[in-house]
Amino acid sequence: MRRAPFGWIIGGLALLLAAEVIVAAGSGFLEIPFKEVIRILLAQLSGTGSSISLPRELPPVVVMDVRLPRIITAALVGGGLAASGAVFQGILRNPLADSYTLGVSAGAAFGAALALLADFTLLGVWSVPALAFAGAVATLLAVIGLAGAGAEGDFSSSNLILSGIIVAAILSAGVSFIKYLADEQVGIIIFWLMGSFASKGWGDAGLVAVAVGLGGALFCFFSRELNLLALGSRTAGSLGVSPRKAALVLLVGASLVAAVCVAVSGIIGFMGLLVPHMVRFVTGPDNRRLIPASLLAGACLLLCADTVTRAVLPREIPIGVITALIGGPFFCVIYRRRMQPWK
Amino acid sequence: MLTTEDINFSYGDKGLFNGLSVSFAPGCFYGIIGPNGSGKSTLVDLLCGHLRPGRGMVTLSGRRLDGHSRKALARRIALVPQELRMDFPFTCYEMVMMGRYPHIPRFAGPGEEDHRIVAAVLDATGLAEMADRCIQRLSGGERQRVVFARALAQQTDVLLLDEATAHQDMQYALGLLNLVAGRAAQGGLVIAVMQDLNLAALYCDKLVCLHQGRLYAAGPTAEVLTSAMLRAVFRVEARITRDPDTATRRVAFARGAAKCA
Repeated sequence: MRRAPFGWIIGGLALLLAAEVIVAAGSGFLEIPFKEVIRILLAQLSGTGSSISLPRELPPVVVMDVRLPRIITAALVGGGLAASGAVFQGILRNPLADSYTLGVSAGAAFGAALALLADFTLLGVWSVPALAFAGAVATLLAVIGLAGAGAEGDFSSSNLILSGIIVAAILSAGVSFIKYLADEQVGIIIFWLMGSFASKGWGDAGLVAVAVGLGGALFCFFSRELNLLALGSRTAGSLGVSPRKAALVLLVGASLVAAVCVAVSGIIGFMGLLVPHMVRFVTGPDNRRLIPASLLAGACLLLCADTVTRAVLPREIPIGVITALIGGPFFCVIYRRRMQPWK
Repeated sequence: MLTTEDINFSYGDKGLFNGLSVSFAPGCFYGIIGPNGSGKSTLVDLLCGHLRPGRGMVTLSGRRLDGHSRKALARRIALVPQELRMDFPFTCYEMVMMGRYPHIPRFAGPGEEDHRIVAAVLDATGLAEMADRCIQRLSGGERQRVVFARALAQQTDVLLLDEATAHQDMQYALGLLNLVAGRAAQGGLVIAVMQDLNLAALYCDKLVCLHQGRLYAAGPTAEVLTSAMLRAVFRVEARITRDPDTATRRVAFARGAAKCA
């Protein structure tokens, strides 16, 4: 089995992402030619942005203040969900795991629904994301506590998955109950749960950038340990990894990245599951290649989906619905192909 | 020298070892024998630092195991476990290269020396042809050989084998044991849990016999492997003979009155 050269994969994905950003920034209700987009971006980067926006023309304002924050948020969330999905699959030794397997999304959904029901506005626009984040973290702690440590002092993947499913089931029942209680707010709750990048600002983009940047660095630092964790704790230990410590650090890191992504954008399914799966075909299973490539591929894919719903479709459909509607069947196809090893 | 000093170990409230002391000297091939549940695998886990004794200590060259860093330990002790589970499509070559991780800095790629060692080990274990094949498409015996090769690539002076030849046919079982016996002859320390007493007699210089968490006997193979021991520990009848050419012991089992219950 020959693996494609890593530099080409990363270079290709980075070019694709850059092209997507330019196309996405140009398309929408107000069409802006690509040359103009590039000129605006270059002017901003070189610090002369203020001089062209002095007369407050429309295109620079639309690109810089409306589209770019949304584009960057979507790309970062896509990358964060995909990279954390790859990490979850490694720790749980299960190619079908993702950030939602451990109930992180259900916790975020519960927190957000609670904030919307109680009309919690203490933290301004950050009220709902803050409670969503708190819900995700509390869920993670509950799942880790429930799964406990095995007799050998490490996390058993089946314990974690089972605990995640139990906790997620309880929480989704809780979300249903909140929807039942919320009379006129039920629409807002449902809309939040479906996920959206509409009206994301630079604040959101910055927050996700910090989380995905720190998380991505952590994942890359521990990617070799992650390779060994997939062999089981006994073998990982004999190859120089402290299995319990490495698993805990990666588990918490990946959950925090996923929690920030979900808190900012709502529930966007299938990214964490699908992207590492597709990327693994090209890079192979080595996490030192898989994680950076998943980060870029996830960014490309979610930005593409968000641009389609924002600028191509006649009416904006929640992004979570798009990723599930396209990702689900697509996943079925590649999953079946993998089940038949002679192909 | 790998030593357990008066160690206690229990799983929950089920005690297993109570004051077990045994030491393993370099340059020697040790076999650990004993019936199911006698603590063979647990002893291996304690010796490689995967499990920690409740009381007492395990020492390597006079220093406690937990005084070594995990990575330093991985450069001294390699483990071939019984089972191999791998749910990701690594190639054979990539799996064996993982044995070099403890020797390669975190962000560096494998060097020429690492590639050379992996290629040599793949050759020696009969895996050279399948180096680029995905691990999930190998047979059980081939996978176990990959695990074996990974431990050899680790190039440690201590090798722990936990029934490492259980899935091999005779050619590979003898071939793999010859490889590790060669390591012992060069001054390495090999400790192998063995279920097949005839293989143990053929390869081990010394035997450690465990019975219900206690050290029943330890010493040169010819002294430990007796009909009386087999009757008392394994509850089977057997005659021990001596091969006139090689002077190794052979166990001829009798169907006798052996029962499961």
